[in-house]
Amino acid sequence: MTYRRPTFRHPNLPKNDLGYTKRDYEGGISTLCAGCGHDSISNAIIQACYEMALEPHKVAKMSGIGCSSKTPAYFLGKSHGFNSVHGRMPSIATGANLANRDLTYIGVSGDGDTASIGMGQFAHVIRRNIDMTYIVMNNGCYGLTKGQDSATADRGSKSKKGAPNPFESIDLCELAIQLGAGFVARSFSGDKQQLVPLLKAALAHKGFSLIDVISPCVTFNNPDTSTKSYQYVRDHSEATATFDFIPLRMEITTTYDKGTTTPITMHDGSIINLYKSDDSVDVTSRRAAIDALEEHREQNQILTGILYISEEMRDTHEILQTCDTPLNTLTEEDLCPGSTTLAAIVDQYR
Amino acid sequence: MTKLEATNDFVIRFANVNGSGSASANNLFAKAIFRMGIPVSPKNIFPSNIQGLPTWYEVRVSGDGYLGRRGGYDFIVAVNGQTMRKDYDDLLPGGYFLYDSTRPLPENYDRKDVTLIDIPLTEICNREISNPKLRLLLKNIVYVGALAYLLDIEFSVLTDSLKKQFAKKPKLAEPNIHALELGFNYARENHTESCCLKVKRSKKLSDHIIMDGNSATGLGAIYGGATVAGWYPITPSTSVVEAFSKFANKYRQDDKGRVKAAVIQAEDELAALGIAMGACWNGARGFTATSGPGISLMNEFLGLAYFAEIPVVLIDVQRTGPSTGMPTRTQQSDLFISAYASHGDTKHILLFPHDPEECFTMTANSFDLADQLQTPIIIMSDLDLGMNDHVCSPPQWDDNLQYNRGKVLNEKQLEEIKGNWGRYHDIDGDGICYRTIPGTHPEYGSYFTRGSSHDQKAAYTEDSDKYVESMVRLEKKWLTAKKYVPAPVVQIHDKKSPWGIIFFGTSTYSAHEAMDRLTEKNIRVNSLRLRALPFHDEVGEFIDKHETVFVIEQNRDGQMRKILINEGDFDPHKLISVLNYDGLPITAGQICKQIEEALEAMSPPAKKAVQGGTK
Repeated sequence: MTYRRPTFRHPNLPKNDLGYTKRDYEGGISTLCAGCGHDSISNAIIQACYEMALEPHKVAKMSGIGCSSKTPAYFLGKSHGFNSVHGRMPSIATGANLANRDLTYIGVSGDGDTASIGMGQFAHVIRRNIDMTYIVMNNGCYGLTKGQDSATADRGSKSKKGAPNPFESIDLCELAIQLGAGFVARSFSGDKQQLVPLLKAALAHKGFSLIDVISPCVTFNNPDTSTKSYQYVRDHSEATATFDFIPLRMEITTTYDKGTTTPITMHDGSIINLYKSDDSVDVTSRRAAIDALEEHREQNQILTGILYISEEMRDTHEILQTCDTPLNTLTEEDLCPGSTTLAAIVDQYR
Repeated sequence: MTKLEATNDFVIRFANVNGSGSASANNLFAKAIFRMGIPVSPKNIFPSNIQGLPTWYEVRVSGDGYLGRRGGYDFIVAVNGQTMRKDYDDLLPGGYFLYDSTRPLPENYDRKDVTLIDIPLTEICNREISNPKLRLLLKNIVYVGALAYLLDIEFSVLTDSLKKQFAKKPKLAEPNIHALELGFNYARENHTESCCLKVKRSKKLSDHIIMDGNSATGLGAIYGGATVAGWYPITPSTSVVEAFSKFANKYRQDDKGRVKAAVIQAEDELAALGIAMGACWNGARGFTATSGPGISLMNEFLGLAYFAEIPVVLIDVQRTGPSTGMPTRTQQSDLFISAYASHGDTKHILLFPHDPEECFTMTANSFDLADQLQTPIIIMSDLDLGMNDHVCSPPQWDDNLQYNRGKVLNEKQLEEIKGNWGRYHDIDGDGICYRTIPGTHPEYGSYFTRGSSHDQKAAYTEDSDKYVESMVRLEKKWLTAKKYVPAPVVQIHDKKSPWGIIFFGTSTYSAHEAMDRLTEKNIRVNSLRLRALPFHDEVGEFIDKHETVFVIEQNRDGQMRKILINEGDFDPHKLISVLNYDGLPITAGQICKQIEEALEAMSPPAKKAVQGGTK
């Protein structure tokens, strides 16, 4: 069932640049288990969209099937949502984006939805570089069917069922980098400090962005023996570098010492400032990014933060050279060549 | 021996090697006949191969205007050693066998009832054409030149065709015309009056065009306002989206040279349909084209589109199944899977074009239908229609026509009703509800599209009554659709005739011819050409009016007959299947034979028919 949230709120809630309060970005009440990591991610999405002052109705929420794919009902209630079929969200998002290049597309998927049944579509939506933010709520298991291991469960990891997972796991971030994604990040549902700015940067990125968010399944995959549990992730994660996301509208007031920060200007003029330390990863190099992921994996560490970023890629519309006007607004006048042209065309078949 | 003699009425078969450049020569031949105003029907019978395997091009010339396959060959151009023996054996008695006599015919080619026409094609080319690559290609043009003499094809029609074809590269026209002359002269000098099959300019064709169905379909999608195509290459549908892309690049450019359309070659057919559906959900007009194996994969999404009520257009260019089947042969065998695609109670609207003109019109109109009915529209073409050239009337377009986007609420309307609206609330009573497009209004009109059970406001529900309510409404929409889809074409020749025939799609050509042949034998049948599922009420009236109705189709299981029984609740005994499913288009001969045999078996006709027809 979908439950509506009570509409009463404090009358003096702060407003963003558009005059919206955070409430305007909320959705229905979640029906997920209490303590589910996914709910924290939904809240982070609400926070990021509110802070970025996105117009809610100019956002489209796309999802597949599974616990994660239910969450679009729980955020951005003023946005249209599309809960498609299992593993097929990327193709629906591709078509939607082709129809209207002016909306912001947030895709929500799970590890089953992405790394198993939807692996083909995941790979190809990246190759096409559709302008969307693809969020994987990654809990390493199939929650809705009661806890079977998923393809992102690490080998040897033990869920509540107790048997160690015998198969190799898939690292979606590493794969996305190989497939040519321009923005790849990993975070943890329990780390809002990191997740909210990551989401904002991903939303500002033009082209495909992936955020793989480790999000413990409190019911089926949260014992300490699981590498996707709250305890394990807290004990084993390490960030590539800390960073600031400075949206276009915001005046830059802080200055940073040269040499310790790397500013990356996003397509829309926003800036990401990466704070480098001696041992931090060069996230602008594809090869270094993959090396870093592999190295941390060997040491049983989960690398988080921005893993790879490139602002030089062309999104699908630029690749296809489609017109600037959204295709869904074109009329007969734009689209139909008319009877005279038809007569000329068919004459070639005489 | 009696030679076959006919003017404007024969079948000629070209036996070639795939990839040897024969296609353009054979096409030149068929087009010349067409340009002499004579109805002509060329069919490519090709292998699933790019180079090396046998391929045939069969051309029926019919002054009477019969465009279906006839069967049997009166004239064979045998330029493929691999199949020469069979081509020779299959030639009808009295027929003509044109072969490359550079190598002598083996001694056991000893039929007494055929006329041999020896042309040393290779030798002529070796002697006269210096460029070795050109030599191979022009060998095909040399036999067209010989045919021009043998059949009386107007030579200027051929040379004009070549000049038109090479308008941008006139230098290439010269060697082609030279090759034509070589063949023509050789035949004139060595085979004077050996051939009694002739063509003669006719006034049968006037405004007609000769076009393949897939190009017409692609063009129809342009005129229907399609902007997004997701697709995956599969024979025989590939050329639909290729045509769409070609026309879009030419006729849909804006002033910056950017295209007002987006075509994506997807990773598979699932994604192809997903892309089209995502676009339609977001207010554009999207489509995809595929064949049987693609339809199998698309089932899941078709169920979603049916239940979540997403408009989308799907072109199914059917080929011979099951499974991979015969990918380069034709059939009408995707009816079951298309009509009832996906699990649960689903059914889909099917349209049945029968010629390229109708491919154009039905495709163009299907986008209105999809928007109006908010459900998939599946256009059931086939390999014969899609990939072969057909003589037909030119498609027309009415410039006053406005696209009908169906029930879509705009910003002003949402403002007026203050968002007091339900995506699945049937306020008009026709089963069709109002939808909104993302980004329309800041406050009103958003909803959550889902394939899970939903109430009038699109919220998830497991309430049995609400679920049943939506299923009942979808059934009501199905009945509404009857009024929207193209009506059948009924021809009553004899009001008292107890016999009717029902056909659709590419069976039409041969069905018309069969009716004429049956009339000659005093078997007068009335006919109905189906153009859509759900069936119009007229279909039931037609069946009720007759004691026996023959259902002509190109599949083994009589799928359309069974869908008629299923949807119309007609008496099964009354409906008799007339079938061909060998991968080649059905012929008038096959239809006549099966109908005559059935009538014989039930004689006296009325008695048996009444027995079957008790109600």
